[in-house]
Amino acid sequence: MTSPLQQKLKINGPTVITANRLGDGVVVWLRADGSWSLDIGDAAVVTTSTEALRLLGIANADENRAVGAYPAPVVLDAAGLPRPANLRERIRVGGPTVALPGAA
Amino acid sequence: MYIYDEFDRTFLHERVNEFRDQVVRRLSGELSEEEFKPLRLMNGVYLQLHAYMLRIAIPYGTLSAAQMRALAHVARRYDRGYGHFTTRQNIQFNWIKLDELPDAMADLAAAGMHGLQTSGNCIRNTTTDQWAAATPEEIEDPRLYAEIIRQWSTLHPEFTYLPRKFKIAITAAKHDRAAIRVHDIGLRLYRKDGQTGFEVIVGGGLGRTPFIGKTVREFLPREHLLSYLEAILRTYNAGGRRDNIYKARIKIQVHEIGTEEFSRRVEEEWAQLKDGALTLDDAALDAIRAHFQVPDFEALEDGGPELAAAKADPAFARWYANAVAPHRVPGHAIVTLSLKPVGGPPGDATADQMDAIADLADRYAYGEIRVAHEQNLTLPHVRQKDLLALWQVLDAQGLATPNIGLISDIIACPGLDYCSLANARSIPLAQDLTKRFADNDRIADIGRVHLNISGCINACGHHHVGHIGILGVEKQDQEFYQITLGGKANHKAKLGELLGPAVPESEVVDVVERILDTYLELRTSPAETFIAAVQRLGIEPFKDSAYAAR
Repeated sequence: MTSPLQQKLKINGPTVITANRLGDGVVVWLRADGSWSLDIGDAAVVTTSTEALRLLGIANADENRAVGAYPAPVVLDAAGLPRPANLRERIRVGGPTVALPGAA
Repeated sequence: MYIYDEFDRTFLHERVNEFRDQVVRRLSGELSEEEFKPLRLMNGVYLQLHAYMLRIAIPYGTLSAAQMRALAHVARRYDRGYGHFTTRQNIQFNWIKLDELPDAMADLAAAGMHGLQTSGNCIRNTTTDQWAAATPEEIEDPRLYAEIIRQWSTLHPEFTYLPRKFKIAITAAKHDRAAIRVHDIGLRLYRKDGQTGFEVIVGGGLGRTPFIGKTVREFLPREHLLSYLEAILRTYNAGGRRDNIYKARIKIQVHEIGTEEFSRRVEEEWAQLKDGALTLDDAALDAIRAHFQVPDFEALEDGGPELAAAKADPAFARWYANAVAPHRVPGHAIVTLSLKPVGGPPGDATADQMDAIADLADRYAYGEIRVAHEQNLTLPHVRQKDLLALWQVLDAQGLATPNIGLISDIIACPGLDYCSLANARSIPLAQDLTKRFADNDRIADIGRVHLNISGCINACGHHHVGHIGILGVEKQDQEFYQITLGGKANHKAKLGELLGPAVPESEVVDVVERILDTYLELRTSPAETFIAAVQRLGIEPFKDSAYAAR
């Protein structure tokens, strides 16, 4: 899998914009109002390249709060909220799939 | 240990202050991300999946007990209580906050540590044998030359923006523990006709286009080391490709123009440099050597009643046979600490373990610790009479798994659990394999097997040179793993051969087990190792068994 950062913008289905928070690298998602959320469920969902590019433009213009923005595929749950659509994004949402050393 | 002088300390202090200013300017918006990214990378700071990652250089894998405590402090104060030792003898912290990085770096600098040369297209940390200055096999301490290369290459104005990163490894022993043939430059220190010098090997490397390095000079007298390295780097810097990141390593240049032409260009360049300011005369070597603090070894005999009595304990005897190696000084031993407990992430150590290791190093090992590229730690100078007491603490700390060099001593990159480049996870697979091969009798019977896992083609887990190599690939959002057999990283380095189609994650452990069962069935005797059997039989019998149940 090519890193999302290296892919051309091609949208196949519901998509959100994600990035890492500048100060600590925490994963964030772009809301419709241009602010960032820690909850993927708050993310603005788009389905076309045009919409995704517009949101990506907003995200990239806000690089003093979040960096490395890119479009990530999502699926919609029963409540219509976005959830990660691939393993990479599931790990970004849920953290490492292994217990951290020293964790009880 | 190499002891830094005032120049080194001042340099590190100034570098931390410079980075602190850069972070402040980035957080205030004065620096853009585009401007800041290369600056943070030059200090070893990456942005990974969940957080910033700080990679700290451990020059030639040598640490003092005080430095290990500094790492424990950083793990505890700025991270989540653990660190990951890498195949480049460095350590990575996975959860560092950008605004706390300058403080973390200041604390590291106080212990003589930094993240320089752990990222970017420069000459990276020079690696070497973790048994340096301890093994009776070697002719001279290779760290002397690694330190010379460190001083020469650090902030070298000509080689700060190379076409791509550049890695050098050195060994001075007959048995290569530094994987020198899969580095951009590999140096083998040996004696010829009463002279000390190097076999110079160029163009090795792993990644998406793996190559075994080619010897460009059979014997280079040691005084010419730097001038010759400079000639190689100039040849690469001038002719290496910058149009394609995947073809920018020196291995591609050597491959494309051929070893003979590459050597010709190096020799031509060297003719301008030879016998100039870079010549290492005895005074220069002695000046560097004087900064290495040699342990004041106790006068002891090999064996001794304490050791003989300790071996009556079968658990100690098993560990001793697996993790303890002969030392050049009588009454001493080299001890490898396994960072591969059953079910643990390979190469990880908690802050508490780091502190415990530092204490043990002070108490039993003259205060010195090494990092092995296999992602284990070594206490290079342990008094044999202290081995039992040492083992008891190591065992309590989970650092005495008797699996060094065996199937569960797995090299693994962080994989998709942490890394933004990875396609597949490495750690859970390694954990599952160690659980399957948790029986100490069984793994001892299987014998020496190096199993290496990479989560992507960049090959940080050295899968190409594993006796069994495993490469994670992604197919339609599912993790699959390619398996290679027959790779070797030692003085007879060889790339593994692909066994067949990639197998799904759920089947990998079973496939590995079938491969090893086939080996047990077909080996001529327990003395025939797995790799020897693969060489004798080829991969076909293993291929048949690996895919038999599919």
